[in-house]
Amino acid sequence: MLGEGILKGMLETAKNFAGSFVSKERLTTVEYPEERIAPIEAARVFPFLVYDGIEWDAGLRCVACQICEKECPPKCIFIEKSKDKKPDAVGKLQFYPTRFDIDISVCMSCQICVEVCPFEAIKMDNVFELSTDDRFDGLLLDRKQLAKPNAYFHQIHPTEAAAVEAHLAAERAKSDAKSTAAAIASAIKGAERPLPPPPTRGA
Amino acid sequence: MIDTLDQIFVLLKHWIVSFLPGALQPVASVVISVAVIVVLFPLLFALTTVFERKGLGRIQNRIGPNRTGLFGILQPIADGIKSLTKEDIVPSSADAAVHFLAPIVLVVAVFMGFAVLPMGRNMALVDMDAGLLFFFAIGASTELSVFMAGWSSRNKYSLLGAMRAVAQMISYEVPLLMSSVAVVMITGSLSLNKIVEAQNQYTWGLPHWYIFTPWGLAAFLLYATAATAETNRSPFDLPEGESELVAGYHTEYSGFKFALFFLGEYLAMFSISGLGTTLFLGGWSSPLEALGWVPSWFWFFSKMMMSIFVFIWMRGTLPRLRQDQLMNFAWKFVLPLSMLNLFVTALWRFLGEGWERWVFCTAILIVAYVVMGRVEMRAEHFGPRSYRYAE
Repeated sequence: MLGEGILKGMLETAKNFAGSFVSKERLTTVEYPEERIAPIEAARVFPFLVYDGIEWDAGLRCVACQICEKECPPKCIFIEKSKDKKPDAVGKLQFYPTRFDIDISVCMSCQICVEVCPFEAIKMDNVFELSTDDRFDGLLLDRKQLAKPNAYFHQIHPTEAAAVEAHLAAERAKSDAKSTAAAIASAIKGAERPLPPPPTRGA
Repeated sequence: MIDTLDQIFVLLKHWIVSFLPGALQPVASVVISVAVIVVLFPLLFALTTVFERKGLGRIQNRIGPNRTGLFGILQPIADGIKSLTKEDIVPSSADAAVHFLAPIVLVVAVFMGFAVLPMGRNMALVDMDAGLLFFFAIGASTELSVFMAGWSSRNKYSLLGAMRAVAQMISYEVPLLMSSVAVVMITGSLSLNKIVEAQNQYTWGLPHWYIFTPWGLAAFLLYATAATAETNRSPFDLPEGESELVAGYHTEYSGFKFALFFLGEYLAMFSISGLGTTLFLGGWSSPLEALGWVPSWFWFFSKMMMSIFVFIWMRGTLPRLRQDQLMNFAWKFVLPLSMLNLFVTALWRFLGEGWERWVFCTAILIVAYVVMGRVEMRAEHFGPRSYRYAE
């Protein structure tokens, strides 16, 4: 009969109206600033720079190769490469960024910088409460603000961090094997002929 | 004591007026009543907005506004400050004078409707012999302001919204009047005070409200449907269907003018609920004879707020209609039924006291409802669409 559906609908909304006062299950609202839900692991917001060790300055994995700067679709990364080199966390001499800025008012959290980074140096963060009253400088994060320890990365994205760790270990093992092989080869060669002059790097 | 409480506002007014010189007294009495209406109903409007938002929230299993003040009760104040401090934008191509006048005309016209509503015993501002006629005449002039707003904005959405609004309001005004005429036929008077007096009688402690008769119930339901459409409330809120028309005729209004439109819409809701209460729910009379000691104004306002609650409840439940559904419903279903109801009312009047009139009137109305619901409102199946392209 005409109007049956209306009555059914009204009954349903009346149930909701009364039910939301008594049943916690119905009322799904989380009142955000006071209560909050833990972020899911895959949550990502803006990128940050990973550093190893204790000092952010010395431990930055970034070698200022500027690939991310070139790949960034909205062009929100600004890098200045150093003139000199300094040892990174593993002790290898590398360039380092004298300036590494991300304008988070431009960044779209696409994760492309993370995908292209060959050094596992830039990763996605999950901090989202970044509002500020200064929309120019307040949203331009410099390298000190961006640098966060590796332990933090493990804490927010454990699965991804474990994969990265495994990858880095494999790389390290490979390069170790290569260097031992090279050392052995040069040792064999050295036994046959006089030592060559030591190679000069960064000339 | 009970009488004093019942008449407290009237006595208060007489007391204030008695301080003035005799020549000024009639004028002062009217000014005070008008001031009370002009202050009271916007306050009710403010309360209604916050309760509507909270109620709609609960209907959708949300909490609703709860940040401003205790349980969000101060939300309307925040909204008011916001709309007052907003920039008032008038489109450069708009007809500035008409654009400015439209919201004012709306609010003034809607306020005029309150003049004849008896809000309690002896509490009508003007006791007019043709109060009902006055109410509908004033109510019809809100269409003018809606069209003024839509036309002067020089915006296609505004104009379309205004066109829809006017078409809808005119279509539903016919059944609105027709269903009210039934009450006039029984009471024999257009005076709203007399209509309430006629319902303020009791048999076995139960009131003689018109809603408790077959024709009265039918007329009330038709009236409620038409009133919902008349005030542009959901599910008949096509004139401001935001998914199609941005905001309808008040698209080009901002700041306080928009707030005035909002106010006008809610005031129209109050006044039409108040009239529905007066016509069918016994106005200020109490629902049981035993409760006669409760002040009459309390009953009027609680009945009115109950109707507002049902308005909100329907808004939270029903989706918006399509334009053709709206028009079909008005002309094919509501109007014929309200005309039939006039016949049933006449039958009720001339069958005299007895059980026959209850049986006959109820049977006619139920049969008509079922048959017309089946025949007029059957779903039309158009089949798959076919296209014929121009050669």
